[in-house]
Amino acid sequence: MSERQRADHQLNAAVPADGAHAAVPKQRDPGEVVAELDDLAVWFPTPAGVVRAVDGVSLRVRRGETLGLVGESGSGKSTAGLALLRLVDPTSGTVRVAGEDVTRWSRRRLRALRRRVAMVFQDPQASLDPRLTIGASIAEPLIVHRLTDGGAARRRRVDELLDMVGLRGELADRHPHELSGGQRQRVGIARALAGEPDLIVLDEPIASLDLSVQAQIMNLLRRLQRDLGLTYLFIAHDLAAVEHMSDRMAVMYLGRIVETGTPAQIWRDPAHPYTAALLSAVPVADPQAERDRRRIILSGDIPSPVDPPGGCRFRTRCPQARPECAETDPVLAEVDPDHRAACLFAGEAVRAMRSR
Amino acid sequence: MSEQQISREGQVRRALSALRRDPLALTGTLVLAVLVVVGVGGSWLAPSGINEVDVDVMLQPPSWAHPFGTDELGRDVLSRVMVAARVSLQVGLVSVGIALVVGVTLGLFAGYYRGWLDNVLMRCMDVLFAFPVLLLAVAIVAVLGPGLTTAMVAIGVVYTPIFARVTRAGVLSVREQVFVRAAVSVGASDLRIMRRHVLPNIAAPLIVQTSLSLAFAILSEAALSFLGLGVQPPDPAWGRMLFDGRGFVTEAWWLGFFPGAAIFVTVLAFNLVGDALRDVLDPRQLTVSEARRSTA
Repeated sequence: MSERQRADHQLNAAVPADGAHAAVPKQRDPGEVVAELDDLAVWFPTPAGVVRAVDGVSLRVRRGETLGLVGESGSGKSTAGLALLRLVDPTSGTVRVAGEDVTRWSRRRLRALRRRVAMVFQDPQASLDPRLTIGASIAEPLIVHRLTDGGAARRRRVDELLDMVGLRGELADRHPHELSGGQRQRVGIARALAGEPDLIVLDEPIASLDLSVQAQIMNLLRRLQRDLGLTYLFIAHDLAAVEHMSDRMAVMYLGRIVETGTPAQIWRDPAHPYTAALLSAVPVADPQAERDRRRIILSGDIPSPVDPPGGCRFRTRCPQARPECAETDPVLAEVDPDHRAACLFAGEAVRAMRSR
Repeated sequence: MSEQQISREGQVRRALSALRRDPLALTGTLVLAVLVVVGVGGSWLAPSGINEVDVDVMLQPPSWAHPFGTDELGRDVLSRVMVAARVSLQVGLVSVGIALVVGVTLGLFAGYYRGWLDNVLMRCMDVLFAFPVLLLAVAIVAVLGPGLTTAMVAIGVVYTPIFARVTRAGVLSVREQVFVRAAVSVGASDLRIMRRHVLPNIAAPLIVQTSLSLAFAILSEAALSFLGLGVQPPDPAWGRMLFDGRGFVTEAWWLGFFPGAAIFVTVLAFNLVGDALRDVLDPRQLTVSEARRSTA
């Protein structure tokens, strides 16, 4: 692992300079890291063997930015998000929030951490207690962390939070089943906002919503970020959504980050064959371009995280796999400034794929 | 207004309006109401004293003077049945109360924390569960000596494993729900999650279990007093009266019939109300008028 750790340090050293980068004007205080994972591994014992859901992931989220995390289901992206709240226990590596190492924090201390990092879940129906009113769900962080004095103040704060997410105050007395999917997700967002967190982990926040509602929720998230200076880790399998939302993005495959960069870099110039394959699956609105679009079809399913392939993990599905790929486990290496890929033939392989 | 009040108020209102619409539930509720009145005020309401022996009217069939007839000592059966209602209700409520509090607490911790705690607690429950109900109750009474209090404790112990199991089963499914993870994610403590999220979501099976257990506890008490291990004579209890009447089945059917009917009606009423409550207490089930209101 030491080799990859070194590579990660380089990544970290290379990125913070971005304050000077015109590409990321949104960042007010680019130096401040709100949360980070350092060579994190999360393994789950199962009857079939040890599932390596996350297997050596390093990432940093800085104040005011949105870091997009993409990957197909089973890539470990959600587990990485859960690790930031310590909702899963890391097998190895470090979780840091606001500079503090929270990897070994006790349950009691973790409760305080969970005010600083909030989470919005994929299925808003499942993430709201059917027995509680909307108001009670939103008020839970306020009660747990004693953020308001008394019922009247709490009620006012709940009204304020509902207003922030574009819901009428009278919905506070309703139950989740009386709301639409979009409204429920707004409630989930209001609950995440209640504790004024430093970081909000958005775990596929729009994946289970109707298409028309997805855009509304994305716009709401962007508006809230602009107005409140929020920091997001945006987890999704939808590349277009991540590109739309993010200042930086990371692509995950089988428990590892295979490529990081700005959305523009990754969109225009993917360096990892997996990213290129993902991108080729995104439809284009321009009919001419859509006709020219060449889809890269990956063969087979994502391999079992119980027994990941040796060498490069993507080689079993990579159209450009070469003998060397079975020998060496590639680390994230710089292709352009701020743009890194974990491929022995970064760039070259993608060009070969596209010219076929 | 506290968060609890907001959600409770709607539930109570809905429960009441649904009970009014369901004729069976309404009947059950009315029977229970009468039972409670009789149980509380039995000794004042009863037409005559329970131990008023009158040798002139021994073993008389039901009449205007004695609607339920008289027993072999000339005591008024109606009065004794009315006063015995208190014993049955008291035993039912106290013993089920014990079983509910102890069983739910054990089941909650076992199901929430799993692991060795779960194993130890549930194996203890299995041991209790393995005994036939009555045998266990008899054994406990044998150790503690017969009487009303020991009968209540015995029945409470006997029904504890059922509550522990029902609770644990519910907790096991609820704790995997996303909303529990969401509660953890905002920093809620284990106790808060158990109280605010897990318990309310397993309330429906617990309420049904409670009403069923009340019925069975009253039956168990009847069985214990039938065996002479519950309330001691001359105090009346339905089971005891059943026992005393068994020698006169052919010549004086009313001695056994009326206490038996009282047991039957009480058990039925608890079951009817329990079923109705189960239907009503699930907020996901909307009535038509409510559905209309929420979409308007």
